[in-house]
Amino acid sequence: MRIRNAAQSEETSGLQMTSMIDVVFLLLVFFLLTFKIVAPEGDFNVKMPAQAAARGTPDPSAIPPIKVRITATPTGRIASIRFADVSVPNLADLRKRIRGVVGDAPGPGTLESTEVEFDCDYNLRYEYVIQAITAVSGYIEGGRVIKLVEKIKFTPPRKPD
Amino acid sequence: MRWAKTSTKIQEADMTPMIDMVFQLIAFFMVVINFSEADQNQRVHLPSSELAKPPDAPAESPITINVISEEVAIIGAQEVPIAGLTRLLTLEHQVLVRKGEGKAREATIIIRADGSTEHGVVQQVIQICQQVGFEKFALRAKQQELVTTRLTDT
Repeated sequence: MRIRNAAQSEETSGLQMTSMIDVVFLLLVFFLLTFKIVAPEGDFNVKMPAQAAARGTPDPSAIPPIKVRITATPTGRIASIRFADVSVPNLADLRKRIRGVVGDAPGPGTLESTEVEFDCDYNLRYEYVIQAITAVSGYIEGGRVIKLVEKIKFTPPRKPD
Repeated sequence: MRWAKTSTKIQEADMTPMIDMVFQLIAFFMVVINFSEADQNQRVHLPSSELAKPPDAPAESPITINVISEEVAIIGAQEVPIAGLTRLLTLEHQVLVRKGEGKAREATIIIRADGSTEHGVVQQVIQICQQVGFEKFALRAKQQELVTTRLTDT
């Protein structure tokens, strides 16, 4: 009788951890199962009101957009790039020309007002379009992002022949 | 008597370091977990770009359209043909208009298109959104350093 009493008092003296550890392990398992490494995603912003609205309010002071025409091979790769009626060999060169137009001078200037309009073939693969947008929207130099053109728009889709 | 003694010794095993570790692990996973994945459809293989930095602030009333192939897009969990987007987006637009003035114009359409889809399909989706009344678009891309080298090499 005396022995049982002694054992009981010892049991109650310690903090009951079992239930807490149960819950904590459940939480751990939940987080472990939902854990997934995903590459971070970013956006290119495109502001494009409908064509009709744009036509209704013509702004004479607005600089017309620089037209970039990209044609595609039948497999959807880049066949040719034209930058305002000048043929450009590749996207790196397109970036050079954009840099020439925008200028790298800091401060407000042509950066905000320059707009690039992409006119791409219907079957051009989307990844090349993103590459072209990357080429005109900026570059990385010494770990710093230098922005070139922020306004980007597209022409209406060309129907496949 | 002896049996009772040994059992109490086992019960008193020191749990503190283990619980510390487990709490550390939970804290780590809680910080790392990303609930915005709900919008990220795994069937879409985004094109990559070194300039695609995650936005500083979340877009205003975003609507995510996953363009999976030439015919199919996914809004929310709903799989719809590209041609059927108009009806869904019109509904979304009406809801936003009812919410308040300017809400619909400020809404951002996030386009997550597969890198291998034709650009014309993305343009079609944009055109449909424009006809419904949306103006702001965000073309989503995976953040990667790879493109720099590819651009300069070619």
